[in-house]
Amino acid sequence: MSKVKLIQGNVACALGALAAGADFYAGYPITPSTEIAEFMASRLPKIGGHFIQMEDEIASMGAIIGASAVGHKAFTATSGPGFSLMQELLGYAVITELPLVVVDVMRAGPSTGLPTLPSQSDVQQARWGTHGDHAIIAISPASVTETYFETIRAFNLAEKYRTPVVLLIDEKIGHLRERFDVPDDFVPKIINRKTVVDKKAQYVPYENTADLVPPFVPLGQGVHWHITGLTHDEKGFYSSNPQVVDKSIRRLSAKIEDNKKDICKLETVFTEDADILLVAYGSVSRTAQEALNQLRAEGIKVGLVRLITLWPFADEEIAKLLAGKKAVMVPEMNLGQIFKEVDRVARGVKVFAQSRVDGDLITPAEIVAKVKEVL
Amino acid sequence: MEAVYEKYFRDNIPHIWCAGCGNGIVMGAFARAMEKLGWDQDDTVVLSGIGCSSRITGYLDFSTMHTAHGRALAVATGVKMAEPRLKVVVFMGDGDAAAIGGNHFIHACRRNLDITAVVINNYIYGMTGGQFSPLTPFGKKATTAPYGSIDRSFDMVELAKGAGASYVARGDVFHVKQLVDLLAEAGEHKGFSLVEVISACPVSYGRNNKMAEPIDLLMQIKKDTVNIKAAQNMSEEDLAGKIVVGRHYQADLPEYSEVYADMVAGLQKGGEGR
Repeated sequence: MSKVKLIQGNVACALGALAAGADFYAGYPITPSTEIAEFMASRLPKIGGHFIQMEDEIASMGAIIGASAVGHKAFTATSGPGFSLMQELLGYAVITELPLVVVDVMRAGPSTGLPTLPSQSDVQQARWGTHGDHAIIAISPASVTETYFETIRAFNLAEKYRTPVVLLIDEKIGHLRERFDVPDDFVPKIINRKTVVDKKAQYVPYENTADLVPPFVPLGQGVHWHITGLTHDEKGFYSSNPQVVDKSIRRLSAKIEDNKKDICKLETVFTEDADILLVAYGSVSRTAQEALNQLRAEGIKVGLVRLITLWPFADEEIAKLLAGKKAVMVPEMNLGQIFKEVDRVARGVKVFAQSRVDGDLITPAEIVAKVKEVL
Repeated sequence: MEAVYEKYFRDNIPHIWCAGCGNGIVMGAFARAMEKLGWDQDDTVVLSGIGCSSRITGYLDFSTMHTAHGRALAVATGVKMAEPRLKVVVFMGDGDAAAIGGNHFIHACRRNLDITAVVINNYIYGMTGGQFSPLTPFGKKATTAPYGSIDRSFDMVELAKGAGASYVARGDVFHVKQLVDLLAEAGEHKGFSLVEVISACPVSYGRNNKMAEPIDLLMQIKKDTVNIKAAQNMSEEDLAGKIVVGRHYQADLPEYSEVYADMVAGLQKGGEGR
């Protein structure tokens, strides 16, 4: 039996990263994510890993890209303003297919905004913040324990698909201290990036393999391959050949979008007999669960779809859950960033947004009142 | 030279650089410096930023990384921190290193990781067609300074020294033998080393400044440069407008990845680190 532990969401994230095999952290201090950097600064040197505080968030992304290129599992943590600075090199990691994890403990923006208060307003920044057509994986946990497991999953997905993964934690979860339900002897399943057996035998770093994810050999291990943010051919060298470019840009998206079954994760509560569905994620999904309990006690048939993976968006799965419902409500701490996605796949079902952008949580009472109004 | 070509270049020459460009001279000098140093190509990672000079990584037969504009040193910092056993060389242009990458540059100098940084300074943004950079001399013309630049320029040598680099040199594309020696010396130096290379861009810089022929710029570099040893006996007046080339500074300072490794070793023995 393990002892009851109370820890913070940010610390659970740091522990999850270590459990996943992360041995490199580069970051720049920013509220409300700093506890992750502090934890890694304390722990990584003790286990022979690498911690470095960089001059800004751009450099932090640069450093973890460098560490990933030489084969390490690397990550950084930040919040909205820092995440904005990271967008340039996030795109570099996408096109060069370097696995890494970016943790964004969300606070309210735009700009400096509300540094210490919760928000979910970086959801679309995670999706489209970097320029150019691309796919991205983003995950948003709803509890301290889930933050631990989803951080491990974030690293595994990054390695499996040779891609950056964004972990969107809202400030409320990042700073929440609650029971940490991970047994002391828990051994996670770890995925490492696919490599090649014979490293010298004609390694093709961007090979169009059937599974869409090319194998990886770290730089500095005898294979003189080339990494560039320019569009490139299978060998990794610049190409502007329309066919080559088209194929590579489409593959970058397809390796994520075609694997939604593996990547997308959601939970459903009483969705089958529900007349009205709530779609929520992060700390708001806990409020939604409480509202659901109260409404069910009154005999009102409400269900909950709790999204854990936000990107890629589980279009078809969500459309199926929504089909035939009287209405759908999407409470979130932004002006409808996931509401618009739900509305897009709702196929005629009426979808309502419930937004809060004042730095306060949405309360169960507010959701209960809105559901009654909609019904 | 044939053997050097065979050994250090990939089979994708011809390069993209214009006739009269200094980048090829620097690339050739680097290959000769490598030959001098005898580094194992398998253990060497060469990185670059964005711009004409940064295309150098596409031609060199090493593990190479063509990063983003200004970010090469940030990425190189991750490479060297994660794998201190690797030799790390970074090529940047003047706009790349001194403007968009200026912050990364001074902090790389300050940390003193064992990285060799080569800033190819042709006084201009070449790839975008001739805009002034932070290293364009005052008064010189560029497409965005049609009446002459009113910006004061950085002195990369002084900037690197002030920021804490432990080896600082300046070479140029006219004095190639000296450049080879400086690159080799910088590679050998433990700690952050900078070699600024005064280079030539006849197409974008020369054409805007009445030196459109490749030979004009090279002769101008020959005329303007003074070896640091000769400079020691020259008055401030004589040195006005001159470019002093050679090794400017070298110090034995703690190298960052070694300091980190010491801390790790101390902690693993159960101590409190350093």
